[in-house]
This record gives sequence, structure tokens and C-alpha cells, in this order.
Amino acid sequence: MAVMNVNPTRMEMKRLQGRLKTATRGHKLLKDKTDEMIRRFIVLAEENKRLREQTEQELCAALTAFSQARAVTDARVVEEAILMPSRTVTLDCSKRKVMGIDVPSMQINDSGGELYPYSFLTVTPKLDDSLRGLNSVLIKLVQLAETEKTCNMLAEEIEKNKRRVNALENIMIPQLTETIKYIKMKLDESERAATVRLMKVKDIIN
Amino acid sequence: MPNKIAVIGDKDSVSAFKAVGVEVFDATTAEQAQHLVKKLSAERYAVVFVAENLAEQIPETLSRAKLQAYPAVVPIPTGVCPSGFGMQGIKSDVEKAIGVDIIFNKEDKQ
Repeated sequence: MAVMNVNPTRMEMKRLQGRLKTATRGHKLLKDKTDEMIRRFIVLAEENKRLREQTEQELCAALTAFSQARAVTDARVVEEAILMPSRTVTLDCSKRKVMGIDVPSMQINDSGGELYPYSFLTVTPKLDDSLRGLNSVLIKLVQLAETEKTCNMLAEEIEKNKRRVNALENIMIPQLTETIKYIKMKLDESERAATVRLMKVKDIIN
Repeated sequence: MPNKIAVIGDKDSVSAFKAVGVEVFDATTAEQAQHLVKKLSAERYAVVFVAENLAEQIPETLSRAKLQAYPAVVPIPTGVCPSGFGMQGIKSDVEKAIGVDIIFNKEDKQ
């Protein structure tokens, strides 16, 4: 590792020793932070996978039922049936902090209108099935969105943090240690030179 | 705070969402989807679901959307069975964070 370009003085050494201390401390803290983030991330990722498996199955079933409904009834009738939905879904959103990152937190909040906004007679029961399925999967979908987003952001942050830890561990700290050693050697050398010079001078005087 | 939900996908497969109170946006090409994701990100949408077949074609837009808290852009399957693109996303996250994919590998061994 290259020695930094500094003057080999006692003051410089003192300054670098201070920096080394901070760097070591920072390195330890960041490493602990990464460990904790990874621990949380694994829990979340497993949850994410479980949720996704569930919702994907249910969603596919609901959408398949919907396309079957379109197939057995006139597509325009189905279109008309769902043209004016009687309910709207909104979310209560906020942010919460996980290891210092803002992640979304959502609560579904539906207006509670009639689920089937069409007449009982015109449309096949397949559409009812489909809508019931979709309505129940929607809650899980929102949960999935929240978990997945948290996972995404945590993964991003872990990567960034790892880079910082590596930079400190492999570049900053060795460089500082090396430079401090270099300055120490220079100072010792000049001290020895001074002693020898004094001895020589004494010899000459005697 | 954003509070709306949107679905982007081709009209035939996602229009069912309209009935449960979610806003549906029709897109059949990657450009349309990309344009819509950008447009909706600027509005009050908290969650944007994108059909898997479209999401596959706009990886850059998706990865850009990952950086901020809202909106959450989530790929969802719209066909008969999931294509595995969503799972791929989780897998790449795990690989990014930990280095090796321990969650999916574990299952393969069992």
C-alpha cells in the first residue's frame, strides 16, 4: 500500500493517528450495521418470497376466471358490467425507518361499496368468482408491494454499506497504518543522526 | 403522501382490477409502459403494478424506481401461470445484498 504524501513530522503523525482511530471505530460500527441489516433482510426476503408465491397463485386464478368470464359471455357485456365500479381503494401511506432508511408503510383503505357493480342476471358467475378472488388478493398485493419495496431498498443500502466497509478495511486503514509507520521510522532515523552528530562533535572538541 | 393504486398492463388481462376499485392503465408496448410508469411516479400513486410481460422489457425504469420510497413498482403475473420474473427480482435482491442466493438455493437442495 502506498504511503501518503505527507511531511514526516511529529505533528503530522499525531494527526494521522487521530484519523486512524476514527477510521477503525467507524469500520467497526459500519460492519455491525451491515450485519444487522443482513439479518433483517433475510427475514424480509423470506417473507417476500412467501407472499409472492401466494399472491401469484391467487392472482392467476382470479385473472383466469376473468378471462373465462369474458369467453363465455359477450366481452362487451363484461366490459359494461365493470365499467362503473362502485368502490374505490385508497391507501394510507406513511414512511417508517428501518436501519436509517425511509421505507414505505401502507394500509389498504377501501370505500366499502358493493363488490359486484352489475346486475345479477346478465353476467356469468365466473365474473363473481374472479372479482371475489381479486378483492381478497388485493390486500396481499399491497402487503407484497410494501415488503418488496423494503427489500429492494434494504438490498441497495446493504450494498452501499459493504462498499464503505471495504474501502475502510482495505484502503483507508492500511494506508494510514503504513504512513504512520513511515513517519515513525523517519523520526527515529533523524534522532539517531542527531546523536551520532553530537558524538562526532564531542570527539572533535576533545 | 401518495395514496392511489394503479395497474399497468394490456387491457384484456388487467381490466378486472377496475371492478375492485383500482385504476387501470392500458399499455401493450414497452414504450407505453415506460411512459406510464414515469408519468404515474410523478403523480399521487403509492403502488404501481406492472404486468410481468411488460416489466421484463423495462428493467432500467424498474431499477430507477427502486431508489425512492414511493411509488412501489411491482411486477405481477397476468397470464395463466406466473412467468417467474417477480421471483427473479427477489433472487437478484438477495444476491445483491448477501452475495450468494441462500434463500432459493436452500430450497433446491431439499
